[in-house]
Formats: sequence, structure tokens, C-alpha cells
Amino acid sequence: MLSHWRQYLAISPFFLIFGVFSLFPVFYSLYLAFQRWDGMGTVQFVGLDQFRFLLDDPVFWLSIRNTLVIWVLSTVPTLFGALVLATLLHSVRRFKGFYRIALYIPNVTSIVAVSIFFGAVFSNNFGLVNAILGTVGISPVPWLSNPWLIKLVIALLMTWMWTGYNMIIYLAGLQAIPTQIYEAARLDGAGPIRTFFQITMPIMRPIILFTVIISTINGLQSFSEPQVLFGSNAANPNLGGPGQAGLTTLLYFYQSAFVNNDYGYGAAIVWAFFVLIMVLVVVNWRVVQRGRKS
Amino acid sequence: MTAVIPRRSRRPKGLTAHIVLVLAVLISVFPFVWTIVMATNTTEDIYKSPPKLTFGSHLLENIRHVLDTIDFFGSMLNTLVVATVTTVLVLFVDSLAAFVFAKFDFPGRKTLFALLVGFMMLPLQLAVLPQFILMSDIGWVGTLKALVLPALANAFGIFWLRQYIENGVPDELLDAARIDGAGFFRQYWNIVLPMIKPALSFLAIYAFVGAWNDYIWPLVVLNDPAHLTLQVALAQLHVGHTTDYSMVMAGVLMASVPLVVVFTIFARGFIAGATEGAVQGS
Repeated sequence: MLSHWRQYLAISPFFLIFGVFSLFPVFYSLYLAFQRWDGMGTVQFVGLDQFRFLLDDPVFWLSIRNTLVIWVLSTVPTLFGALVLATLLHSVRRFKGFYRIALYIPNVTSIVAVSIFFGAVFSNNFGLVNAILGTVGISPVPWLSNPWLIKLVIALLMTWMWTGYNMIIYLAGLQAIPTQIYEAARLDGAGPIRTFFQITMPIMRPIILFTVIISTINGLQSFSEPQVLFGSNAANPNLGGPGQAGLTTLLYFYQSAFVNNDYGYGAAIVWAFFVLIMVLVVVNWRVVQRGRKS
Repeated sequence: MTAVIPRRSRRPKGLTAHIVLVLAVLISVFPFVWTIVMATNTTEDIYKSPPKLTFGSHLLENIRHVLDTIDFFGSMLNTLVVATVTTVLVLFVDSLAAFVFAKFDFPGRKTLFALLVGFMMLPLQLAVLPQFILMSDIGWVGTLKALVLPALANAFGIFWLRQYIENGVPDELLDAARIDGAGFFRQYWNIVLPMIKPALSFLAIYAFVGAWNDYIWPLVVLNDPAHLTLQVALAQLHVGHTTDYSMVMAGVLMASVPLVVVFTIFARGFIAGATEGAVQGS
């Protein structure tokens, strides 16, 4: 032990901060989920009460449904679009560097800025999208008040932000495939579509699995989008817009913990949410793995 | 018809691919262009039907309006300080730990590293509420310290740098340095750091952009208007004045330009680094 003091000293800054600001808080939030506390008064142990309430709370289930719908609506086009763009980008010779940078740029902009932008462009009365629809005689579409369209706008926003990111990851995977395999396939008379499904896809499976997991973890954490998009509604701050159609689970957590000061319930929400993410990650893992065997 | 066929067969290779890619690029940059259009016009022009589609001449007026409404430069300075300090400290703390995990064997090494990787998978939101309680207990709510310290527990950085050091820094080089009498810290500072510059510059941009764009944690922990970060101030601009879109978009533009410029300058190295990490990590 003593002979390694330099090594322990070198990793200690990280583990000290990690312990105080990550490890301890995660366990403390589990402790809080079994208490009732408004942050000021006494902490009262209530056992599983918070979770029992959670299971009967229609708003919690609404937020779960909203989150899942937004996640599916954004992940499917994001990953599909990323794969198509990566395949195309892999096939071209010129302007590769330019395309990579131009398509990645949405990912480095802030969600707040993008949410404000989408709010302006999809505004029910004055937005650019409705103005364009108007010029071809289509009456204004209630993008930000219809429950499904609200989710669609949030999903579009996330798709715009994340397609380039996933494309870069797929491109890296494609570049690692030896070209001889493709030449052999071409000599055997395989067309581009057959080559894609019988060579590219199987080799890319681990990378696709990686992006599916990352997209599950990221996609289910949508918070800033609805918070900024609908934060402007003074009567319903942080409620996720009309009909609470944009109320994601994290937004509900934020509202419970920091607006209503219900710390115990906030902790219960976020832990239930974590379990959901883990279940979905495992399910996704299984689905992609099973595809490999068949 | 017959005249057309040879012409078609001589079309440049991959034309369809280029057309699709250019369309994707247009979608990808359109929000930036349209933000500028909105920021340079008056709100009346945007609200007109059909709206004005060209650049206007009201940018300065809109910027002045932003500066009157929020403390833009104050919050930008706060963000810059937080992002810079976080980045520098993350690079130091993570590279030091990554060096140890990559090149030394000591009791508990595997357990500690497994702990770190395991926690990398947890959603950060699990910790937000207790972090806030902790910050209010030690009286740091509303201070910039509260933003920097939790961000230093960047497990991804260690994970990523460790791979790079393991493969990129030969053991022989470190052994040679040891024989020449270089101690632990000199090996780290004079050999490891210069050799992992590409990895460090990727992590620097990653950490900087992350800190610059962070929203939920500053929203929770900053309550003093004098200490807002740019993202929180921007969101407030939107909440307070929903109708004045040209002003709000001028704010969005002012907040986005620095990051887009910095990213474009360092993009090549950053994207190369990102792909390297992705393929190794899979």
C-alpha cells in the first residue's frame, strides 16, 4: 500500500470529488425516496408511500408515456437517417471533411438556443412553417397545442441535434471495414442493397447497439426542450405545455422537486425513471443481440 | 433519347449521394441562417404573413434590446469562467488519474476503475437533487463554485484518456525515463502529457462545450440574477418577452456564434477524436 502512495495521491482528487458529488448524492437520493421532506421542516420516514403514490399518479404515467413517445419519434429517424447519411458519406470521395463538420454542427449548439428557435419556427400563429403552409393554401397547424404535434416538434428538434453525432460514429465503423470484403461481394455479383444488408449491417451490429444504448440513455432524458419551449406559459410554468403533452418525466421531476419542494417525491420519480431506463436498455440490448443469432 | 443515354452514363460518380448530403447540410445549417434572418429584422417583419425572408438592418437595435433586458455580457463572462476553469481542471485531474490507471498496478485498481465505469452509465439526474441539498447546506447555492466542482467528476474523461495512454505511450519510454531518474510526476508532465495532446484537445472541447451548454444544473443551483450562466439567461429572455422574437433571436445568435466559431476552428481534430473514442469504446 505505502509504496503506491503516489498513485493513490494522483487519483485522489478525482475520487474525492466523485465520492462527494456523485457517489454520495446517488445513494442519498435513494434514501430521500423513502422520506417525506420539503427541504425545510423535519424529514419523515414514509417507507414505500412515495412509490405507492407514484404508481397511482396519473401525471407520472402521463410523463412516462410522453417521454417514451418522444423517444421513439426521435430515435428511429435519428438512427436511420444517420446510417443512410454515413453510408452515403462513406461512398463519396470529395468534400468529405466539409460534410462531416457541417452535419455535426447541430450537436454543439445549445439545447436552449435550439428550443427557442423551434418555438419561433413552429409558432401556431406566426411561425415560418405555418406561413409556408399558408402560401400553398393550408390553414395553420396547431404545432404547439395539439398533444401529438407537440411531441412531434420536440422529436424533430432532437432528431436535428443528434443525427450528425450518430452519423459520425457510424462513419467510423464503416471506415474500419476492410474494402476487400466488398470487392469479393462485388465479384460474387452482389448488388449495393444486398451488400448493405448482408455485409455492412452484420459487421456494424456492435456499433449500432452502442448508438441504440446511447440514444436510449440520452433520448429518455429530454428536459430542456419542453422546459424552454413551454416555459413561457406563465399560467402553467414547467408543466409541459397545453394538456401537459410535453411533460417529460425529468420535467415532472424538476417540477416536483424544485417548484413544489417535494424532495421525497422528486427522488422517487427520478429513481423510478432510472429503473425504466435500465429496463429499456436491457430490452434494446436483447433485441439487437437476438437479431444477430437469426 | 439515344443521345441522352451516353451522357447519363458519364454523370459524375456518386451524384445522388452528393445531392442527398447537400440537402442534409442545408437542413443542418438552416436554423443558423434563419436565426440570423430573424435577428436582423423587426418582430413586425417576422410576424407579417408571409414573413420577411431576407436579412434586414435591425441587428444592432435588437442586440441593444437584448443588452437592456438581460445582463448578457455578465452571464457570458460567468459561463466563460465556469467553462474554462472546469475544462482546465478536468484535463489535469482526469489525465493524472488516467495515467495511473493505464500504467501502474496497485491494490484496488480494478475495483476503483469498475466503480468509475459503472457510474459513468448512471443518469446524472439521479444526483441533481442531493447535490442541490448539499450545495445549500454548505452555502454554495448561487455561486459559480457550485457549477465547477460537480463537473470535475468526469469519469468519461478518465475512461477515454486511459485507453489512449495505454495504447499510445510505450512502456519502454517510461522505463527509460525511470532509469534516467525521472520520478512519477516528471514522467507524467514531460512524457505522458506531450504524447496525448490530440486526446487532451478532444477532451478539452468536449468538456468546454458541455459546460457551456449545460442547462438543468445551473437552472437549479443559480438563483442570483448576477450569477446566471448564458443558457439560463437566454431561457429567461424567452420567458419574459415571448412576443419580441427578433430580440430573442438576436440573443440566441449572440450566444451561439462564439461556440460555432470555436467548433469550426477545432472541428477536424475534434471529430477525429470523437470517432476514435466511439470505435474503441464499442
